[in-house]
Amino acid sequence: MRRLTPYLLALPSWMWLAIFLVVPMVAMASVSLQTGNAIDGFAMTFSFSNYGDAIGRYSPQLVRSLVYGGLATVAMLVIGYPVAYWIAFKGGTRKSVYLFLLLLPFFVSFVLRTISWNFLLSDNGILFGTLKGWGLLPADFHVLATTFAVVGGLTYNFLPFMILPIYVALERVDPRVVEAAQDLYASRTAAFRRVVLPLSLPGVFAGVLMTFVPATADPINAAILGGTANTMIGNIIQTEYLTNLDYPTASALSFTLMAVLLVGIFVYARALGTENVLEAAAR
Amino acid sequence: MSRTTRLGDRLLHLYTWLVIIWLSSPIAVMILFGFNDKQSKSNTTWQGFTLRWYAELFDISDLTVALRNTLVIALVSTVVTVVIGTMLGLALGRHRFRGKGVTNFLVFAAISTPELVMGASLLSLFVSGNVPRDSSTIIVSHVLFSLSFVVVTVRARVVTLDPALEEAARDLGATAWGTFRQVTLPSIMPGVLAGAMLSFALSIDDYVVTSFVNGSTVTFPLWIVGAVKTGIPPQVNVMGTLIFGIGVLIAIANAVAARRRG
Repeated sequence: MRRLTPYLLALPSWMWLAIFLVVPMVAMASVSLQTGNAIDGFAMTFSFSNYGDAIGRYSPQLVRSLVYGGLATVAMLVIGYPVAYWIAFKGGTRKSVYLFLLLLPFFVSFVLRTISWNFLLSDNGILFGTLKGWGLLPADFHVLATTFAVVGGLTYNFLPFMILPIYVALERVDPRVVEAAQDLYASRTAAFRRVVLPLSLPGVFAGVLMTFVPATADPINAAILGGTANTMIGNIIQTEYLTNLDYPTASALSFTLMAVLLVGIFVYARALGTENVLEAAAR
Repeated sequence: MSRTTRLGDRLLHLYTWLVIIWLSSPIAVMILFGFNDKQSKSNTTWQGFTLRWYAELFDISDLTVALRNTLVIALVSTVVTVVIGTMLGLALGRHRFRGKGVTNFLVFAAISTPELVMGASLLSLFVSGNVPRDSSTIIVSHVLFSLSFVVVTVRARVVTLDPALEEAARDLGATAWGTFRQVTLPSIMPGVLAGAMLSFALSIDDYVVTSFVNGSTVTFPLWIVGAVKTGIPPQVNVMGTLIFGIGVLIAIANAVAARRRG
């Protein structure tokens, strides 16, 4: 009985993960190779050409998603690193208060805070409407429906996921190590570049992983802030699945997206010299 | 310390506050426009203060239904997730068994799969199996994406437990169930509660996965996205404000309680 305990404890979750995580991936792989339509049904024809067709049709959106996701990730890193640095080294006794303030947006739903940006940035809203009223901006000035709005929204929405892991890594850096470097006549810049920065790289790695993947696959920011000219791959997959009912194309695109992201993660891990991606991500 | 150092620190301090203000500004807008006495259809310019939308909070019936669906789905999926997730967390944190490596991989895979791919694959399963989509498929999906978070928080707590405590209880004649209820469960409770709050928050917030598996059931986030084109009514701001307030209060109460426990 005692030997069976762990298996009994794990059984419900195993079943859940098997039926609703593993089997759906197999189902999606199968659907991506089928042909047919929503009315007459789909049949397995092993049409690997579905992938070629889907990628051919939607490569602009796929590339755009990777570019937007990448730009947002770089922006988050540039904006977030100094914040994590200051809280970790100078936050003193109020570190947890600052972290709590950074996490405040998470108490408002993702969709709602993106809509609030739509509110704030609307062409004649409280911000631009007022400035236009004062004649400080031309009447046709707008931010919504631009690349800037979408990348900005992505940056905004995922920023805390970049700051937190970097903060955790920096918090573990012993200030005496930095002092030692300075005692040995390293300038402040050199101490940062040669001591603090390398020690924070695992945090940067985790932060990039936690933000690039969801930002690239996000359909909400493009839908709410992007207008019609900034459609990302997430929007296409949603439309193909839910509006056009073209399940094979949508499945092929989902797999392509996942494959591209996985390859990206491994190339990135190699470049940073991290041997074990799983281990680094778990930290 | 040199003068430039102190100036640099002060600038970084200021910068940190600017980022916090930037992050909070949409929240301020959301709360403010829940009090806007708007006359026209759109709610994007300030037209005076009113408490009308708080009084008429439940006047839009399909929005109220959506909010109720969201809360019921979050409650049910959290209960299921916490029960099965705590069990797996105990197994992973305490026991050695065959398939542990695969289990860890699946837990990690469930966290790192993009929501979009998860939603799309679940819909592929339901379409292939002709499963009708309604609140039960939403609950199943929410349990899936919350499960790993409960497992990870509970496991983190379990590994810090001293097994000698449980052995002592057994030696003193407690049954296996009695040991679990009176010794193990109370000590892992903070992890269980953290996991429960996390899965509840993930559930009420979810748009992407839900949009694939909802059928004709509408949740709060889905309703809001559907209303973007026609204009968001102020009641949405009020509901968002209330959820925000309750969440912040719970978080603060939790932090205070944790500090008291030392």
